[in-house]
Amino acid sequence: MIRVDGLTKDYGTRRAIENLTFEARQGEVVGFLGPNGAGKTTTMRILTGYMPPTYGSAKVAGFDIVSESLEVRRRVGYLPETAPLYADMTVYEYLKFMADLRHLPNAEDMIDDALEMVGMEERAEGYVGALSKGMRQRIGLAQALLHKPEVLILDEPTIGLDPAQVVEVRKIIREIGKERTVLLSTHILSEAQALCDRVLIINKGHIVVEDSPENLQARLVGAERSILRVKGDADELAPKIAEIEGVQNVKAQPDGSVEFQFAPGMDVRPQVARAVIKAGYDLLELRPVGMSLEEIFLELTRDNTKEK
Amino acid sequence: MRNIWTIARREYRHYFISPIAYIVALAVLLIVGIYFVIVLYYVSNQTLMYGATAPDISIVIGPMATIFLFATPALTMRLLADEQRMGTLELMLTAPIRDGELVIGKWLGAFLFTLTIIAITLVYPIVLNKLTSPGIDQGIMIASYIAIILLVALYLALGTAMSSFFSNQFAAFFATLAVLLIFWWLISLPTYIIPSGVFHDLFVYLDLNGRFGSMTRGVIALSDVVYPISLTVLGLLLSTVAVEMRRWR
Repeated sequence: MIRVDGLTKDYGTRRAIENLTFEARQGEVVGFLGPNGAGKTTTMRILTGYMPPTYGSAKVAGFDIVSESLEVRRRVGYLPETAPLYADMTVYEYLKFMADLRHLPNAEDMIDDALEMVGMEERAEGYVGALSKGMRQRIGLAQALLHKPEVLILDEPTIGLDPAQVVEVRKIIREIGKERTVLLSTHILSEAQALCDRVLIINKGHIVVEDSPENLQARLVGAERSILRVKGDADELAPKIAEIEGVQNVKAQPDGSVEFQFAPGMDVRPQVARAVIKAGYDLLELRPVGMSLEEIFLELTRDNTKEK
Repeated sequence: MRNIWTIARREYRHYFISPIAYIVALAVLLIVGIYFVIVLYYVSNQTLMYGATAPDISIVIGPMATIFLFATPALTMRLLADEQRMGTLELMLTAPIRDGELVIGKWLGAFLFTLTIIAITLVYPIVLNKLTSPGIDQGIMIASYIAIILLVALYLALGTAMSSFFSNQFAAFFATLAVLLIFWWLISLPTYIIPSGVFHDLFVYLDLNGRFGSMTRGVIALSDVVYPISLTVLGLLLSTVAVEMRRWR
């Protein structure tokens, strides 16, 4: 597990992260979400023992990241932003080298396991330098998984992968997340939604919000929204919908549908349906739409900039 | 120890697939070989006509010391600079190894490769021993080889340090060359202008070339061994500090 307490990092005069405090328990996948330069990579580098924090402390797998750095590094699997590979080695040689550095007793079996997990068994004898970007990313992941670490820290794990590989890698992460602790960063919101038990939204070095993806949505949606689709001219229909009591923000969409909002708990959809029929239109679709994480994210990071 | 060996082994193997290492090895062996043949030919003519003395091991060791001045920076320039450029330094610094183990492992890999080249040059003293009568002085030969091994050990350590300061290989190469030239040549110059005294003695002490000269004549003083080993340790220490500094930036 990971316990972070008041972590701050300064690069010269620039403060990259400020007073970060969070926890990731065993069997939990925690997503770090934020725009570029928010401090995700910095935090991960501190947690993996790459560099010490300026202030604050953190424990990973029960060990202090500064005073017991080597113990932490033994127990963490880390995939940096760009997969760190030696192009002049074969995939097998590279993983054997990492296994030797980690003093793994049954290196051959563990290498086979790791390669199988990322689906790269057939490329074991190929040179790392000859691999495509997606394959390199998977070898990087195999390196992180090699010693079956208690804590897995992945910086943008699905970047550069094709859609089929993305599905595959997400499956691996979810599988590992059942028993171990996974901290991953991403700026793809659907990924956080699909993978994470908890999401930390980080912007300009601060945690803006911390919650499960579902709660985040529920918490931030002030009004319920629905989409209405009819046969006929939606532009003409829109003013009629707006007349209904409780309906707000009616907008005719370019795709011919009408979007409207209403206060939570005051479902006006029956009235809307009746109005449509009364006006002589055929009702094709009437469905609620949730606020996407994208919108929540933009909302939060925008608010944060306004405060400054 | 185990980690040092793991890293050294990787570096050593890397030299055998790297073109630069082959070019360096070839250059060293070719130049030493050509020099050897020409001197041998010249001396044999002289001996026939004027009865000159037979050549000794210095005709192998002398050029080697000079070539390694240029060859070792080429072997060390990528050691840590390349790790930074390729982003694998992050992998090494988050692996469960100490920074010192990484640095010493890198240096050891380069040292073992250089020892391999030096081992090949042993054919020249063997040939020389056959050609001359009563053969070459074994003591001088051993002393000379100890001297050259101590020399490359410190060259490589200073090169490793330079490689950890820069993320550009060529910057590392030229910085190493400059530092080696200072210790090999420039540092002896003040002894000509400073009259005897503490500073004169200091520069005499620091002059690598002078120490190398006396060692290859078969005289090994304790300080002749202590000084290059201290420089080697200093280079590795500086390199370790430089790697640690990268963490703190």
